[in-house]
Amino acid sequence: MSQLDFEKPILELEGKIAELRHVSGGSEVNIADEISRMQAKAARLLEQAYGKLTPAQKVQIARHQERPHFKDYIEKLIDDFTPLAGDRAFAEDYALPGGLGRFKGYPCVIIGHEKGHDTESRIKHNFGMARPEGYRKAQRLLSMASHFQLPVITLVDTAGAYPGRGAEERGQSEAIAKSIESCLRADVPIISIIVGEGGSGGAIAIAVADRVYMLEHSIYSVISPEGCASILWRSATHAEEAATALKLTAQDLKALDLIDGIIDEPVGGAHRHKDQTIANVGKTIEAALAELTPWDTNSLKQARRSKFLAYGRNFQA
Amino acid sequence: MNWLTDFIRPRIRSLVPQKEVPDNLWTKCPSCEGMLFHRDLDEALNVCYHCGHHMRITVKKRLGMLFDNGTYETLELPKVPFDPLKFKDRKKYADRLRDAQAKTNLKEAITLAKGTICGQKTVIAAFNFSFMGGSMGAGVGEAIVRAAEEAVASGSALVVIPSSGGARMQEGMLSLVQMPRSIIAVEMVKEARLPYIVLLTDPTTGGVSASFAMVGDIHLAEPGAMIGFAGRRVIEETVREVLPENFQTAEYLLEHGIVDQVVPRAELPETIGRILGLLMDKSACCSDTGKTKKTRKTGTAQA
Repeated sequence: MSQLDFEKPILELEGKIAELRHVSGGSEVNIADEISRMQAKAARLLEQAYGKLTPAQKVQIARHQERPHFKDYIEKLIDDFTPLAGDRAFAEDYALPGGLGRFKGYPCVIIGHEKGHDTESRIKHNFGMARPEGYRKAQRLLSMASHFQLPVITLVDTAGAYPGRGAEERGQSEAIAKSIESCLRADVPIISIIVGEGGSGGAIAIAVADRVYMLEHSIYSVISPEGCASILWRSATHAEEAATALKLTAQDLKALDLIDGIIDEPVGGAHRHKDQTIANVGKTIEAALAELTPWDTNSLKQARRSKFLAYGRNFQA
Repeated sequence: MNWLTDFIRPRIRSLVPQKEVPDNLWTKCPSCEGMLFHRDLDEALNVCYHCGHHMRITVKKRLGMLFDNGTYETLELPKVPFDPLKFKDRKKYADRLRDAQAKTNLKEAITLAKGTICGQKTVIAAFNFSFMGGSMGAGVGEAIVRAAEEAVASGSALVVIPSSGGARMQEGMLSLVQMPRSIIAVEMVKEARLPYIVLLTDPTTGGVSASFAMVGDIHLAEPGAMIGFAGRRVIEETVREVLPENFQTAEYLLEHGIVDQVVPRAELPETIGRILGLLMDKSACCSDTGKTKKTRKTGTAQA
């Protein structure tokens, strides 16, 4: 498991507690009191750390390998999941899986980035960086959703679209642009959740939705803090400052009115509390669907447009 | 054009100390390094008359050469929040913005104009690369929406001419949402069944290329223009292979099926006009009715 710098004291304490537990098994000394004292302290430290996370720390948490991934959400939230592969033209893209399934019993289409959970699967999923084929499959699934009147759920977790030679040759830009266009044209409700990293064009390609939510410690940005720092500060070492300046946290973006809501993560983050986090996401999707399902197609599309057109117009000029 | 201009003139020039030549009279072609006299270069629409290399051109000149008789009306840019994030890197974004405005004498990285091209009503939204690399923030996105509204209201075609490094990161997520916003603008034009032509010029990359620039009815590109999603250096670092010389050029994209035509600058008015005529003017007429070329003048030679 990868470690976060600011969690080190907590992880050390947790290690000691585990050690003491192990020891206490064979010993006559009652150290239960000591253990519970240390546990209380660990909980306090965790609460302190998570109560005042900096944007740069949030970037680390958002990228934490143990955070729930697309696969975990599918397992917990979707029944009858039926993966659908391929763009019907060139290839299947494992970085952006999707398919049909039932959410709370109702059929829907689900699309999302998958980063993978170990070396082998990370390579298979290309670390969640999709190629044009992924975005073309997304277009296909979005139009299928319209055709069969199925709501769409998208889960965003990518560092960005893949910067590769083949991706360029096969029209990465066009694939992303058309994916955005497909989202805008969909005749059904779309709900997007930024569950980890919302990296630039590769993220927004599937996040032009009626409702866009972010998990409490996720990030959503036009460029990675490292990329921004290396361009504007001429050195990636300024990534922390860039993370702050970019206003990429869920809290910043809610304050700017660029997302619809924030989904709570238990203290200690989604990487410690997978099930609870996934359940919170499920509740949010359920509420959003209940609200959006009665809408007629035209008002839904019109409202989606108006919502995006309104971005930035209400700021203090 | 011949060995005298190609070879002897640059040679002689290299023997003469630089300072004797006022620097605004001659330009060196970045491609063939041939020397170009400013008046000739202006006449050639900033295309090197030795090797055909297309240099960037000011928006003023661009609009002047595209619209009939070089006449057009500019549209006021919509108001948007100034520095919404109060962004500061080594320098304040507010200062960068003011500097760019002072340097270019423009308000934003985009100019809107309307007029006719070969008689067809057209709204043009043209990017100014010299204004913060033509980057797209709320000001540019809102202007594209404005251009689309104007096209729909007046029954005009929309021509957008990107020349941009991508999103303006100093506006954070507000710049990223300009991708869907600009596509919404295009949707309005398409729903009105009006033509939407993209003229890809050097460079068109990042969030600009991955939005309105790639959903045109027609994609035209200027020769040699750099067009792509990710930067060449990023790709080379990621895939660790040497990329072809002409990677991400207009010609490369033509080969890969992403643009309809690569059109030399001088032929643009006629090509765009012909396409607009084919898409907008359903009345029967033959191509040599003289409606086009002969009435045209190559714009004003200012700026």
